[in-house]
Amino acid sequence: MKVYFDHNATTPLHPEVKKEMIAAMEMFGNPSSMHSYGREARANVEDARRKVADFLGAQEREIIFVGSGSEANNTVLSLFVCGSSQCIAGSKTRSTIITTKIEHPCVLETSECLAHRGVRVKYLNVDQYGKIDLDQLAGMLGDDVGLVSVMMANNEIGTIQDIETITRMVHESGALMHTDAVQAIGKVPVDVRTLGVDFLTLSAHKIYGPKGVGALFVKKGIPYCPLIRGGHQEQGRRAGTENTLGILGLGRAVEMRALEMPKEDERLLHLKRVLRRGIEERIDAIHVNGHPTDSLASTLNVSFTGVEGEAILLYLDLEGIAVSTGSACASGSLDPSHVLLATGVNAELAHGSIRFSMGRESSMQEVEYLLDVLPPIIQRIRNMSTAYIKGGLHAASR
Amino acid sequence: MLQAGEWAYSDTLKEHFMNPKNILQGENTDDFDGVGMEGNLQCGDQMMVVIKVDKEHEVITDCQWKTYGCASAIASTSVLSEMVKGRTLDAAFHISPKEVAQELGGLPDHKIHCSVLGDKALRAAINNYYTRNGKEDKVKQEQAKVICQCMNITDHDIEDAVLEGARTYFELQERTKCGTVCGQCKDETEVLLEKFKHIHFGA
Repeated sequence: MKVYFDHNATTPLHPEVKKEMIAAMEMFGNPSSMHSYGREARANVEDARRKVADFLGAQEREIIFVGSGSEANNTVLSLFVCGSSQCIAGSKTRSTIITTKIEHPCVLETSECLAHRGVRVKYLNVDQYGKIDLDQLAGMLGDDVGLVSVMMANNEIGTIQDIETITRMVHESGALMHTDAVQAIGKVPVDVRTLGVDFLTLSAHKIYGPKGVGALFVKKGIPYCPLIRGGHQEQGRRAGTENTLGILGLGRAVEMRALEMPKEDERLLHLKRVLRRGIEERIDAIHVNGHPTDSLASTLNVSFTGVEGEAILLYLDLEGIAVSTGSACASGSLDPSHVLLATGVNAELAHGSIRFSMGRESSMQEVEYLLDVLPPIIQRIRNMSTAYIKGGLHAASR
Repeated sequence: MLQAGEWAYSDTLKEHFMNPKNILQGENTDDFDGVGMEGNLQCGDQMMVVIKVDKEHEVITDCQWKTYGCASAIASTSVLSEMVKGRTLDAAFHISPKEVAQELGGLPDHKIHCSVLGDKALRAAINNYYTRNGKEDKVKQEQAKVICQCMNITDHDIEDAVLEGARTYFELQERTKCGTVCGQCKDETEVLLEKFKHIHFGA
C-alpha cells in the first residue's frame, strides 16, 4: 500500500487541474504579444487572476503572479532595503521588521540578510503550542516598526495564528502587515478583507496545483517595489514572461479548493483524531506537538522519545508511507527543527519528530495501515537505541 | 520519465539499515569484556559498543551495539561491528571513520560525522577492556591539543568542524570561532584543516 502523508511538503495535482493543464499544453503564446497567440495566453492569465482574486476576496489588480511562495516572501521583506520613493513610505524612520521564530526559512534567512543591510529585525517568541505572544508583539510595536510578517499556519506543527487580531494591532501602530498563508490557503477560509492584511503569500503546489507558481496579494495603495525587475509584466510588479500554464493551473486549483474545502474539514479532522488516538494508545513515550484546537485539520506532528526521526522516516518509506521529520539528520544541517525548539521542546524530542500531513485523497484505510505499521517500527528502533538501556528510558545517559 | 531515484545512501548502507547486524539484545552488558559509549541524545547521535575479547590473543571475538541516530548512524555501527570481529585490539583501535564509510560504500559528506561516533565508541570499549584487565598502561587517551589559545579551540574541535562541513578557514572560524581574536594560530589551523580534509574526505 502506498500512503502519501506529506501534503505540507507538496500535493499531487488535482485531476481537474491536470485535465485543464493538459488541454492547455498547446498554448504557447506570450501574454504580452498583441496577436492572437498572445491574446489567448493573456485571456487565460487574466481568467486565473480573477479566480485567485475571488478566492481571496481581493481585486484582480491586487494579485501578482510569482514563481513561488518563497519569491513572494522575499519580495515583501525586500521592500525594506530599496531606497526608491515608491517603496515603503518613510522606511528611513520605520526601519524595523518584526517576524516570528517559527517562520519558513525563506522569511528567516531573508530577515537575516536584511539585518546585515541595516534593517533591524525582531523575532517574536511562541508558546508551547506555537502561538505567538500578543503581549510581546504589543511591546515591540512602535514608531520604528515598518512591517510585521507572521505566518498564518505553520508548516511543521500546523498551529494557526490569529492574523485578524495581529493585523489590527499592527495597523494601530502604523506598520504594514504581511502573512505567509502558504500552508493556510485551501485548508482554512482566507479572506484578505476580513484579515485586513496588506500582503499575503500563497503557493499553487500546496493546494493541488503545479509547482513553480504562486501569488502575492498586495493591497491597493500599499507601497510596492519589484524584486525581479526589467519587464512590464504584472503591471511592472514582477518582471519575467508569465508561467502561463502554471498560472492557469493555479486558477483551476483555487476554484477546486473553493468547492471542496468546506466539505473536507470535518473528514480530515476525524482522520487526525483517529491517527492521534491510535498513536497514543499503541505507542508509549510520545509527545504531540502543536496547538490542540487552533491547528490545521490535516497536520499532526508527534515526537517519539528515544528514536531519531530520519530512521522512522526511512523505515516508513520502506513500507510505502511518506512522511517528514524535524530531525537534523534529514535536513542536512546539524540542528533539529527551529519550530519545535521555539516551542520549548528539547532537542532530543525535536530529533524524534514526525509530521503526518494528510490531504483530500487521504483515507481511513491509510490511517489504519499507518497505525499497523508504525508501532513495530518504533519498537524496533527503540530496541536498538541507546536511549533504552539499563533500567529504561535515558538510564544510560544519567 | 525517470522512476523514484535511489536512496541518498549506497545499497550496502541500505542493507545494513534494513537488517542491522549484531544489535545488543536487551540491556545486560555483564557478559562483555569492554563497554564504550559516545555522543548524546540532544545532539541526535549516541552509540554504545560492547566487545568480547579472546584474552590470550587480545582478539575481538564478538561485538554488539546500540545506536540512537539516523540511518547512516545505525548502518555504520552495524558495519563496524562486522569489521572488528577477529581483529586484534590494536588493529581495531586504529579503524578510522573513513574505513567505516568505505565499507558502507561511501557516505554523503554531511553524514560523515554519523560514522565517527562508532569508532570512538569502539575505542572507548577497548580502553574499558584494558582498564578492567589491569592494563592501564595500554589505555590510549586521545589527548586534545589546544590550537587557538584565545578561544580555547583544540585540534579535536577543528576535526569535528571539518566533519560537520567546514572546508575553508572562514567556515572553520564561523563554526568554532578559532583564530578570531589574535589570529596567531592561523597557520597551524590551516595545516590541520588540510590534514583533516585529507583524512576524512580524501581532499
